[in-house]
Amino acid sequence: MVKKVAIVFLVCFAICGWTIQPALAEYKVGAIFSVTGGASFLGDPEKKTAEMVVEKINKAGGINGQQVKLIVYDDESDATKCNLLSKKLITQDKVVAVIGPSVSGLSLAVVPVFEKEQTPLISCAASYKIVHNEKTGKPYPWIFKTPQSDSLAVEAIYTQMQKMGISKIAIISVTEAFGASGREELIRLAPAYKIEIVADEKYGPKDTDMMAQLTKIKGLGPQAIINWSVGPSQVTVVRNWRDLGMEKISFFQSHGFGSRKNIELAAGAAEGVFCPLGACNIAELLPAEHAQKQVTTEYMNDYKAKYNEPLSSFGGHAWDAMSLLADALKAVGPDKAKLRAYLETKQGFVGQHGVFNFSADDHNGLTKEAFQMVVVKGKDWALAN
Amino acid sequence: MESFPFVNQLLQFLVTGLTVGAIYAMVAIGFNIIYNVTEIINLAQGEFVMLGGLLMVSTHVSLGLPLLLAFPVTVLGVTLVGILLDRLAIRPIRKPSVMTLIIATVAASIIIKGLAMIIWGKSPYDLPAFSGRTPIDIGGVIIQPQYLWVVGFLVAVAVGLTLFFNRTILGKAMGACADNPDAARLVGINVRHMVLLSFALSAAIGAVAGLTLTPIALMDYDRGAMLAIKGFGAAILGGLGSFPGAILGGLILGLIESLSAGMLDSGYKDAYALIILLAVLFIRPSGILGNLEVSRFKRF
Repeated sequence: MVKKVAIVFLVCFAICGWTIQPALAEYKVGAIFSVTGGASFLGDPEKKTAEMVVEKINKAGGINGQQVKLIVYDDESDATKCNLLSKKLITQDKVVAVIGPSVSGLSLAVVPVFEKEQTPLISCAASYKIVHNEKTGKPYPWIFKTPQSDSLAVEAIYTQMQKMGISKIAIISVTEAFGASGREELIRLAPAYKIEIVADEKYGPKDTDMMAQLTKIKGLGPQAIINWSVGPSQVTVVRNWRDLGMEKISFFQSHGFGSRKNIELAAGAAEGVFCPLGACNIAELLPAEHAQKQVTTEYMNDYKAKYNEPLSSFGGHAWDAMSLLADALKAVGPDKAKLRAYLETKQGFVGQHGVFNFSADDHNGLTKEAFQMVVVKGKDWALAN
Repeated sequence: MESFPFVNQLLQFLVTGLTVGAIYAMVAIGFNIIYNVTEIINLAQGEFVMLGGLLMVSTHVSLGLPLLLAFPVTVLGVTLVGILLDRLAIRPIRKPSVMTLIIATVAASIIIKGLAMIIWGKSPYDLPAFSGRTPIDIGGVIIQPQYLWVVGFLVAVAVGLTLFFNRTILGKAMGACADNPDAARLVGINVRHMVLLSFALSAAIGAVAGLTLTPIALMDYDRGAMLAIKGFGAAILGGLGSFPGAILGGLILGLIESLSAGMLDSGYKDAYALIILLAVLFIRPSGILGNLEVSRFKRF
């Protein structure tokens, strides 16, 4: 019996000692993405991108001579898991900062964790509310995010509509956090752009058909439709729109449509669809003098070479988050409070989705100019005029 | 702006509703076949639909088999999965109670979904429509050719099953198992084979539903559960165990969704469907065409 206990103790010590030892000086960074589950189309390219960025940094000798260790967890698009993994990253893995989660709902769910533990979080999700505390009207001190807020996408779309003389629109959105948040912004900002919303339709994320909603919209005769969703349903909506012969009603997608895969899946139906996109989707279309031309072209070539699949706009958010963090680590080292303070004052960071200018009042750092309005032409994006 | 009369809108809602409903009905039929023979609800039924769609993508698009060849290959492939499900998950359970068997199907559905994710990845796939994508315009009502295929397959499945259960010895033997497994065993029917057959048959029907749905709504590894829930709702609405009930239930469910999305608030269309479902069960606990007397003898 004593022998057994002794052996167990020995084994325990051996394991503990062994795991403690490699904790040499290195920068530990956490990442939580929805690599599987319903939002996997976001988390998958994000994980790949973050790993690619870190690999590149480490190959080039790390940051200030230190290697970066990226610990990636998959929240499986589940809020409870996301919450647990956040705590694990902070308390057990002892990371200096975390990038992700991929989805607005999950990001909102873990904001309190990072606020309480005073650890910087750079979210890769869209909703404006992630960096806006409604009680104080200011951003949460420890939370940042790289994707353009959906309000910016809405502004970009409404600006384009004004140019096209559109004032009567219908909106259709998915009943998930992304769609609900976009819908709120669409309704909130419409009066400022003198746009009248005549229909406000919804559908479920796994719905197989949206003909009914579109038929209703067709009957109301708006000049344009805005769809706000991600995943396969946004392709189905476009197909239904085409099937119903509604080409005369311009179709606008949210920035969630930002993958060439969607054009391909729409099987020709996406022709003429408008969509606001970050620069990284259209690196090759950007004029040479564009500020982001170089970083976006480099990222696109690296990603295609490494993973042999087309770039999706979501990976770009992880690129921005990871590169931003690397930049901050280089400047101030692995100190949570200093990282936070540095990020908050960072100006002119050229990323995949815009040129970031952070401030105490703006933890997203982007304006609506971070979006380029594009239109699907000949099965590819083209800049809209 | 061209005018779009209300009657046309209404017809459009009906067309859409019937198509979606036909898919639900096929899933519901799959539930019923297994339920009738084994008294269990096969919660992996939605996974058969998903596999049908994805396997068709692999055989037809990736391998480039012609439609007429890819179709039977896909259906056979999914049927094989159904057979494996019975042999690996259902039969080995030593003392089967209805509840343990149902839980086994839940486990199987998670495994199938996980394997599908590994094999096909997470992105959705498209399938070319069987007879083109040019919509047919009948007096302002738009019908996708694929819609006709969906409804056509539902009719074919219904006719085929009716003939099978009423005209063949095998079908009658399955029916006997459904009525009373012990008595069936006494007259020499191999109940185990019938259970296997029921899984094979409902997997095949699930596959047909999946491969006709994919050209309309794409398919990804994650789609099964939602279709299973809708199909189960349809089976309950029509009366669990009744084939005409499953078809009726599926079509009603599809129509409610489509009509409420179009004419009431689309955000609550699933809620309207559930309210109707609950209301029906409140008035007729056995479903529209279900038989309360028969269901008393069932364990579930």
